Amino acid sequence: MTGVEGDGSATAQEMASAWAQVEGARHPDRPYSLDLIARCLDDFIELHGDRQGGDDAAVVIGLAKLEGRRLAVVANQKGRTLEERGRRNFGMAHPEGYRKAQRLFALAGRLQLPVISFIDTPGAYPGVAAEERGQAWAIAQTLEAQLALPTPYLAVVIGEGGSGGALATLLADSVLVLEHAFLSVASPEAAAAILFRDAGRKQSAAAALHLEVSNLLKWGIADEIVPEPPGGAHTDWDGTAALLRPRLVAKLEQLVAEGVGPVRRRERYRRLDGLFQA
Amino acid sequence: MSASPTYSPPKAVAAEKSGAVVCAVCSSSQSAGEAAANLYVCLACGAHARISAHERIRQLADPGTFKVWDVGLEGSDRLGFFDTRAYVDRLDEARIRQHLPDAILSGAAQIGAIPVGLAAFDFGFLGGSLSTAVGERLARAIEASAEARMPFVCVTSSGGARMQEGVFSLMQMAKTVAALHGLAERHLPFISVLADPTMGGSIASFAALGDVILAEPKAMIGFTGARVITQATYEQLPAGFQTSEFHHARGLIDQVVDRRELRPVLTQLLRVLSAPAGDIEQSAA
Repeated sequence: MTGVEGDGSATAQEMASAWAQVEGARHPDRPYSLDLIARCLDDFIELHGDRQGGDDAAVVIGLAKLEGRRLAVVANQKGRTLEERGRRNFGMAHPEGYRKAQRLFALAGRLQLPVISFIDTPGAYPGVAAEERGQAWAIAQTLEAQLALPTPYLAVVIGEGGSGGALATLLADSVLVLEHAFLSVASPEAAAAILFRDAGRKQSAAAALHLEVSNLLKWGIADEIVPEPPGGAHTDWDGTAALLRPRLVAKLEQLVAEGVGPVRRRERYRRLDGLFQA
Repeated sequence: MSASPTYSPPKAVAAEKSGAVVCAVCSSSQSAGEAAANLYVCLACGAHARISAHERIRQLADPGTFKVWDVGLEGSDRLGFFDTRAYVDRLDEARIRQHLPDAILSGAAQIGAIPVGLAAFDFGFLGGSLSTAVGERLARAIEASAEARMPFVCVTSSGGARMQEGVFSLMQMAKTVAALHGLAERHLPFISVLADPTMGGSIASFAALGDVILAEPKAMIGFTGARVITQATYEQLPAGFQTSEFHHARGLIDQVVDRRELRPVLTQLLRVLSAPAGDIEQSAA
């Protein structure tokens, strides 16, 4: 696709810029959640299962420490190898993955652990089995569980933040976004299919959706953009973690000091879009 | 919340009553009067046609009791969105055609003489999609109901988050769920009624969180639409996939209720859930 498409929707430059954001977030060499958890957190111990009969490998939960502070961790996890991609389902969770996250939020509340979430998912898995087992219900209940969490909660979008599946671990007291990550109401392909009835026009959709990460800061959805090493996170995992870790430490300290909880968190998401304040 | 003292349904609702009505499923024809009297359920095959928010309110609220909330509250085009047309043009057109500021109508009403907050989605308004204005109107309706110590009833017919408002639409899922807490902390019920269709961001947020969830027969309900699932996975879809009955059989919906029984069933539910003075729920609130 070259040049403008003659419908006035976006210039070639706008499309290129928005699409670069998407490609950066999806780069196959980009560090995934477990890569960053290993480099940013101490003593990570993975836990397994939703305690209702499933253990979805597209979502990882566990316990860790950061600068001596106890933490609960929840993360979307993509696979690196062919085998792992299948096992992790490309980071797209089934209902069991969202129920696993709910279990983590409940555990964190009970043990008074702050939570850090790592977001990197194309979205919730669009499959028959997921629908049969209540995908929408699982996501809705996870939104509610996040808002009810009594402890400080920090989210980091490290790659793709796709749709309701991403929102299931995003509703934190503070949201960080890596420089080349993005958050979107739908994948650019899905948005293009809906808007243009042509998934191929994903670059136009990305431009129309204004996926540039700076907008998330401007709109108050994210609190901080975390820079990546020159060339992007995929060129330097250690460098990415070295830039991220101090921001996690600082933000978590801040949230713990402020004593955040469900009242403030609900208020944040109730008023988020900054409209209708009359 | 700004309540209008009087509500009169727009002439568009009257227009639904003129001309023949043809069933989208079996193509049988009914006179306008018959169709309206039968609540737009096909007399031949029982298919439940999609109805406007104004018509839904007419069917559910006790006559003359509906007082509309937030009359003037409209959204705006935050992204300067243009796909094949300008979003502002789509919005203007829908507002005129549907006689609504956005895809939801809400207000105070009585159902079977019990005061409730009542909201209805309008599928004819950009697919009933969840926009910032829809999210805000819904959140305010929930809050107004909680404030007035009334149960809240919402009839959803929505394709999900509105693409044209991008990530702002996504965040309405969080906004509406946050607002629902106001009902929960006052121990007030939220009755969620799912009409055809209830998809994506709408069922994956407020609509799935009803204390009681009812659905109209054969409504399409699910997170991802069948066409997208087929394209993404090449999976065979089971018979009746994503219908109300499909979800009811899997424990996700309490009852599938024929539209002609919806008002009596809601009345019974509201009566059973009404707390008498001095009841434990009220004294705890």
